Amino acid sequence: MTAIIASVLFVRSAPARAAFGWGFLTSSTWDPVFERFGVLPFVWGTLASSAIALLIALPLGLGAAICLSELLPARWSDPAAFLIELLVAVPSVVYGLVGVFVLVPVMRTVEGVLQSTLGFLPVFAGPAYGIGLLTAGILLAVMIVPFVVTISREVLLAVPRAQRDAALALGATRWETVRHVVVPYARSGILGSVFLALARALGETMAVTMVIGNRPEISASLFAPAHTMAAVLANEFTEATGNVYLGALVEVALVLFVITIVVNALARLLILTVRAPDPARA
Amino acid sequence: MFTATTLAAATTLGALFFLLGYIAWQGATSVSWSFLTRLPAPVGEPGGGMANAIVGSGKLLLIAGLVGIPVGFLGGVYLSEYGRGPIAFTVRYAADVLNGVPSIVIGVTAYALLVVPMKHFSTFAGGVALGLMMIPVSLRTTEEFLRMVPDSLREASLALGAPRWVTVVRVVIPAAMRGILAGILLSLARVAGETAPLLFTAFGNRFWSEGWLQPTASLPVMIFTYAIAPYDDWHRQAWAGALVLLTLVLGANILARMVLIRSGGLGQGS
Repeated sequence: MTAIIASVLFVRSAPARAAFGWGFLTSSTWDPVFERFGVLPFVWGTLASSAIALLIALPLGLGAAICLSELLPARWSDPAAFLIELLVAVPSVVYGLVGVFVLVPVMRTVEGVLQSTLGFLPVFAGPAYGIGLLTAGILLAVMIVPFVVTISREVLLAVPRAQRDAALALGATRWETVRHVVVPYARSGILGSVFLALARALGETMAVTMVIGNRPEISASLFAPAHTMAAVLANEFTEATGNVYLGALVEVALVLFVITIVVNALARLLILTVRAPDPARA
Repeated sequence: MFTATTLAAATTLGALFFLLGYIAWQGATSVSWSFLTRLPAPVGEPGGGMANAIVGSGKLLLIAGLVGIPVGFLGGVYLSEYGRGPIAFTVRYAADVLNGVPSIVIGVTAYALLVVPMKHFSTFAGGVALGLMMIPVSLRTTEEFLRMVPDSLREASLALGAPRWVTVVRVVIPAAMRGILAGILLSLARVAGETAPLLFTAFGNRFWSEGWLQPTASLPVMIFTYAIAPYDDWHRQAWAGALVLLTLVLGANILARMVLIRSGGLGQGS
């Protein structure tokens, strides 16, 4: 099945690849009218929104995981983890719906404040639409935090008691134990969870396309509307005219496919090196 | 410093409760019997419901199950009972890769493979796309639960003279059935909420769709369409639809996880 997906994407993007070659990967024009396509604005939007999401989700998720694994007794920690796992099951349209009607007006106010105070910074320049890269990043963060929390909590719980006890015996406070012993021990697992969350954020379509503005341009400002690879597919696929346009869109899908596979492979590798090997699989 | 982490945990949980509460608040007034049983009204007119979307989602899940469950289940059985060595490793790895593929890419593939040759958007294409997404999850859960069945059961059956396949079919699989069913329910719940692959396979329909080869409305796609539309009444219906979808998906998830928790603790057979 996987091979079928790969080959189909490759074949179907042939018209576009023939027309643009490797230039597709570096051009930032997206002009359906004159049939000039480049994937760069979407790669930018995808990577930037995912980066913002990770910047928010990592501290939040790791903090929550530490709280759940170190602080709370199992009686509270297990139901809390159960509830957080439910967040993973919420469909992305629902996130998008809440994003459009709740987050966007809030962000309009927030961005307005940021603009009046820090508007001289290029990253906060531009009108405060409320819809744009920053909003999409925040919404993505909400969507990927549960991944970071659940996997980090698991790997933190898997750190052997001996490590903690040794640190405490040497006189470390509980926080010092967590910070200098437990977390570094689980570091690759936590990194793996980050990569997994990143993979989810990269492919996220519906919630992002509802709040990101869908404008295929690269801009330094966080307030500017942007576009992601998944969002452009969702929006323009059914309206693509002509072989080259459609081929270009399929090539965007191909790029997205390759990127997510690479990120996923890295994630699995990292998580596997931390989890104890399952005796049943030996 | 620990207060910061508690704050983080509280924020995450708070987000969940806020999400659920807000949707319940917005959608509760709009979900009515007429909403659940009527077709969408003409554009711009208030009223109407999402009956065709709900039925459409049901049909899509049916096809998805027909595609995803056998492949996932049989694949899981193979990996757990028969597979050893490089083939099993490749299958497992491919399933993980398939799991990570963004749903929209799967939609593009289904479009290229099914919609273009058939020259038609169809429920069938949408169902197959969703089924593709179900395969990795059901495969992994089937395999894991089969592995949890203790070897002593298998050895006892083989010692009594049963051939390998009889052991698998009549001893191992029934022992793991509860977990497998829960895993299948989880995968169904996951694809029930997927919108992106349906955007260009099942497409959408403002009326009832006949049979399996017509485009069909589905709950997530309808929520999406209504949410980005300019009509207030459609926004209201989008919230109602979201409430229905969320209830179904979260309900299925909670049910499946309760079953898993209760059977996941059992590793030792008698």
